Amino acid sequence: MIKEFNIVATGVGGQGILTLSNVIAEAALKQGYDVKTSELHGLAQRGGSIPCHIRFGKKIYSPLVLEGEANLIIGLEPLEALRCCYYGSKKYGTIFLIDTHKIMPISVSVLGEKYPSINRITKLLKQFSKKVIILNASEKVKEKTGDVIATNIYMLGYAISKKLIPIKKEFVLEAIRKVIPKRYVEMNEEIFKLGMKVR
Amino acid sequence: MKVLEKSGKKVLLLGNEAIVRGALEAGVGFASTYPGTPSSEIGDTFSKIAKKAGIYFEYSSNEKVALEAAGGAALSGVRSIVSFKHFGLNVASESVFPLAYTGVKAGMVIVVADDPSCHSSGQSEEDTRLFARIAHLPMLEPSDAQECKDFTKNAFKLSEKFGIPFFIRTTTRVSHMKGVVKLGKIIKGKIKGKFIKDIKFKNFPPYIMKTHEELHNKLEKLKRLSDKSGMNYFVNENKSKMGIIVSGVSFNYVIEALDDLKLKLPILKLSFTYPLPENKIKNFIKKLKAVLVVEELEPIVENEVKIIAKDVNPKLKVLGKGYLPHAGEYDEEIIVNALSKITGKKLAVNLLSHKKKYQRIKIPKRFPLMCPGCPHRATFYAAKVASGKDTIFGGDVGCYILGIFPPLETQDFMFSMGASEGIIHGIRKVTNQKTITFLGDSTFFHAGMPGMANAVFNKSKQLIIVLDNRITAMTGHQPNPGVGITGMGEETKAIPIEDIAKSFGIKNVKVVDPFNLKEMIKTIKEFLKKDETSVIVAKRECQLLATRKKKKKGIKIVKFEIDQEKCTKCGICLNEFACPAIYKEKGKFYINKNICTGCAVCTQLCPAKAIKPVVE
Repeated sequence: MIKEFNIVATGVGGQGILTLSNVIAEAALKQGYDVKTSELHGLAQRGGSIPCHIRFGKKIYSPLVLEGEANLIIGLEPLEALRCCYYGSKKYGTIFLIDTHKIMPISVSVLGEKYPSINRITKLLKQFSKKVIILNASEKVKEKTGDVIATNIYMLGYAISKKLIPIKKEFVLEAIRKVIPKRYVEMNEEIFKLGMKVR
Repeated sequence: MKVLEKSGKKVLLLGNEAIVRGALEAGVGFASTYPGTPSSEIGDTFSKIAKKAGIYFEYSSNEKVALEAAGGAALSGVRSIVSFKHFGLNVASESVFPLAYTGVKAGMVIVVADDPSCHSSGQSEEDTRLFARIAHLPMLEPSDAQECKDFTKNAFKLSEKFGIPFFIRTTTRVSHMKGVVKLGKIIKGKIKGKFIKDIKFKNFPPYIMKTHEELHNKLEKLKRLSDKSGMNYFVNENKSKMGIIVSGVSFNYVIEALDDLKLKLPILKLSFTYPLPENKIKNFIKKLKAVLVVEELEPIVENEVKIIAKDVNPKLKVLGKGYLPHAGEYDEEIIVNALSKITGKKLAVNLLSHKKKYQRIKIPKRFPLMCPGCPHRATFYAAKVASGKDTIFGGDVGCYILGIFPPLETQDFMFSMGASEGIIHGIRKVTNQKTITFLGDSTFFHAGMPGMANAVFNKSKQLIIVLDNRITAMTGHQPNPGVGITGMGEETKAIPIEDIAKSFGIKNVKVVDPFNLKEMIKTIKEFLKKDETSVIVAKRECQLLATRKKKKKGIKIVKFEIDQEKCTKCGICLNEFACPAIYKEKGKFYINKNICTGCAVCTQLCPAKAIKPVVE
């Protein structure tokens, strides 16, 4: 059993970060790992930044990932992935998995600050990682379902099929059935499998 | 529901959920709360399971009432639990003190959740461990979800045995940490008891001096118990000359930091933190040269260790604040840095140069926002238009605090629940400035009524706008006395805020729909001219709830778009109203149909009438 595996999942309140975190955590438990997660509620949920930490392994104490020690950083929003860059490092072999769907903060849309281009973000993230993977996940999900809301599960499907997370597919599917409300399970299973098929 | 799973199972629970499970395993019969993050999920979990578990639960009108209700239950022999955030304990405190004197007949647990780093609090970084000391109530501090469950269960047992309420104190990272919890057996608690009269309950002199003395006797016994308790224990016992004393969530960071630094220092883990286990601390420190005390916020244990060291090891170096900060929550990095400074041991990765690398990157800030279609935004916009420049906007606690951010900036101060009216009252008494007071519906019932009464009584002639979104929104949509539904999901009387205002003798009271911009602007202008206190109830359901209901019922939401030919690019919709659904791209304004909720307020404020419904 691996000693520890550290994930930071981030995005903007309302994008389904908590659901993603819950699915990964339940799947890790099913595979027999000790698990700890840390999440924030309340104020931060209203369109703010919400990084969730998920750690699993043989025995886990801290619910927070130490700077530079994330194995995987999942960004449902590119700017938020950049905001969490310091959890990654070249030394630790961090992988960034990012969707291109931008959500403009008020500081950009009203106050005129500049939202960096995806190329610029990728370049910056390379300093903190072994690899940066960019997906057009929300586009694909919207094509399929008419809404972007299941993007989290699509990206999870990709991460599992590419073995970016050391958890078996069966356990993740079981966790999806456990965590996601019944009427959305089928759709999410489908989206998960769609994510797995991406080359 | 995971909190109701069978004994022996291992499940992932949030710290707050684990507290509920612990209470169920202890046979709790009565639970109450006033929501406040990071404690809210305790009440919300009770609300979901109370009927099934056969116990009573309520969202009370404020924390003081919640505590009193739980106290009344425990005085009548029914085990009770009450939960709130740190500020809630301030509100409840006036009844907490006498409750320590009277004691309880059945186990009673007071859960208080602190919020170091103020992730979801706007007032102060209060350390409620000091409350245990001034109220003379014992305190347990879990550091993960399993301990949340185990300690809560244990707290009930000890509370009942000693006839004294127990504090369970968590912090955000404990309450909102998920961890694996091994479940024990749920006990069906008593839900009916009997109040048997007792002179102790009268809390009146001279008897009070007797109960005060008794309280100290109980504390002496509890100190001995704290010494024997397995909740305070040693880790890594060895002959090292330096040791660590740690409590709360920091225990986890210390273990990981020592592992990463390849250090093997002995640890005394404290969980029964008031009264402190004096003898255990003595035994731990007597042969040490230095001890590092790791605790978030105030140096409470550190100071007590300094006092204890005087007797057994006066030369001991007690290290704490200075190496570790007073402000903000801790994490592994903070502990690593302190230990590196003290021992000279370094991490394999240089965290400092790593930090420098990312500090150079400029990342646009993302403020939390009022949602698209939030009625508060419409009220704020109307208030700005109607009152003109130089108006002082009284702020309060709720989602509407997000009005502090540009471009709205309609919350000029924020103190505590219901404080808007009192502060504005004082400002108006000593200045001639224009003011508008804002507070929410739940906040009004919580602590806003005395402020309104005082405004009438002492003639501050203020305009009070109650932002009535029909729910306690910020903490996760809990019902309040204005809503008409209880924490058990039963129907009850909804108390109209406008009726309360009228009963206070306020003549100018009007209910206005915030989505009717014209009407709201007109009413604010009119009421600002009045030479007496006036009230607008800005009534419109929280958009998140309204949208959810519409989706469930299959009601179509009509979205809006901007007619590019008509748009004059004045930018009012984005730069002054700042709905998150409106954005600008290459000089043109658009509406993001994915998040537009169809409130149509923007159509009313657009001078060019360029915003129209999407025809499909």
